[in-house]
Amino acid sequence: MSAGHTANLFIPGDSLLHRMAPEAKLVSVVLFVTAVALTPRQSVWSFAVDAVLVLVLLGIAGFRATQVIARLAVVLPFIAFAFLIPFIAGGEQTSVAGFNLSIEGLWGTWNVIAKAVLGTATSMILAGTTAVAALLRGMTRLRVPAVITSIIAFMFRYLDLIVGEMGRMRTAMTARGHDPRWLWQAKPIASSAGAMFVRSYERGERVHAAMTSRGFTGSMPELNTAKASGRDWALAAIPPLVAASGALAGVLLV
Amino acid sequence: MTESAPSALTSAVSVRDLTFSFASGDPILNNLSLDVERGERVALLGPNGAGKTTLSLHLNGIHEIQAGSVSIGDLHVNEDNLAEVRRRVGMVFQDANDQLFMPTVREDVEFGPANLGLSPAERTERANEALEAVEATHLADRAPHHLSGGEKRRVAVATVLSMHPEMLVLDEPTSGLDPAGRRELADLLVTLHLTQLIITHDLPFALEICPRSVIISNGSVVADGKTADILADTDLLAAHRLELPFGFDARRAQ
Repeated sequence: MSAGHTANLFIPGDSLLHRMAPEAKLVSVVLFVTAVALTPRQSVWSFAVDAVLVLVLLGIAGFRATQVIARLAVVLPFIAFAFLIPFIAGGEQTSVAGFNLSIEGLWGTWNVIAKAVLGTATSMILAGTTAVAALLRGMTRLRVPAVITSIIAFMFRYLDLIVGEMGRMRTAMTARGHDPRWLWQAKPIASSAGAMFVRSYERGERVHAAMTSRGFTGSMPELNTAKASGRDWALAAIPPLVAASGALAGVLLV
Repeated sequence: MTESAPSALTSAVSVRDLTFSFASGDPILNNLSLDVERGERVALLGPNGAGKTTLSLHLNGIHEIQAGSVSIGDLHVNEDNLAEVRRRVGMVFQDANDQLFMPTVREDVEFGPANLGLSPAERTERANEALEAVEATHLADRAPHHLSGGEKRRVAVATVLSMHPEMLVLDEPTSGLDPAGRRELADLLVTLHLTQLIITHDLPFALEICPRSVIISNGSVVADGKTADILADTDLLAAHRLELPFGFDARRAQ
């Protein structure tokens, strides 16, 4: 079974964004997204400025247009719902192509789409320029508890294996004529989920034994000590400042 | 080194009357005694369920000793010296995916030294040296789950070499390797001047790199001698569910 590299969103490169310390990028992303979320929806120009900034950063990070579109597709299920809002919201109505739409609802749709797309694109930049290992180091330096970072590290490490095992199990079921179409055929799927749980649990025990045999006593050693430079923090401050100015301008002017 | 030569030093491993059973059930190990001299490479053979892995997990204190004793050099394995025992005995587990869990190869190789409390500079040095010993320097920044089977196995060996062990215990090191990977592993193991205990079902591999073999069956040692003699004794092999590959002649392979 070819192990699909399930969570590999990293785009190899050596751009300014790739070289920036992960903790600076993490803080920058969280603040930027927060500022975008707080921007009033009528402040269209603020969103436009944010969008230009995000596009520039996507370019610096080395994203191709097709990659951007493909990865942005994850928001579709969420914004699909947003398209219903104008039909069901109340208030003042307007007529578009024969449909009566709520103006309040249209603003709601715009709000959801603008913020969801900007937020997703921002996290794409982070994931595209930061390897998972670096991301975890950044979180550790930001004092995220070791329990959390360890859980993420192990999840990422073993996700491929678990997905691969699940795929093999499904292939083995299919090879014996299993072709589930109806609810009452779900039993083998349920029991294979149970088997997956037991296997993962047992693997956990084996991994723990392997760690213990190399002297692990319960706390992960901090391995990398290089820290973010002042220049990293200064650069990382730019996107949140731009978005925060936009948000503030929106609050004051609109 | 011959197994009958009296040693002025203590043995590398000395197991005396070791008995072990899980909470419910028959004993897995039954009054097992075994000595391994320093610098020896010994193959541990035996059918599935004979207790080989259980024995190996006693050697660095993963399993608590229920009855009998285990010494590593001059050290009796007990609760108080587990850290030192685990440094001395490097365990290479059967599934390299259980052993390699850090986000990068380098971090995995530094995991053991970090648990020993070494400084970052010393860890880096240990890691470089261990990766070089297994010819995996070029893999240092790769993610362990993207390596081939043979690469994983060599890196797994590096993760314990970096702890400067006195002996290696390898659990079925050739399982899942392609012929070239198996050859590279054999070449690697004979260059390591460490006591080695190699659990294997791969009898030609045992003959090739281990002058001495021990057969364990039903939790006790049932044969102990020169590998060539043991593999030539077809009745003995048959009695313990061991078989040479078709057409293989242990005498002529010498």
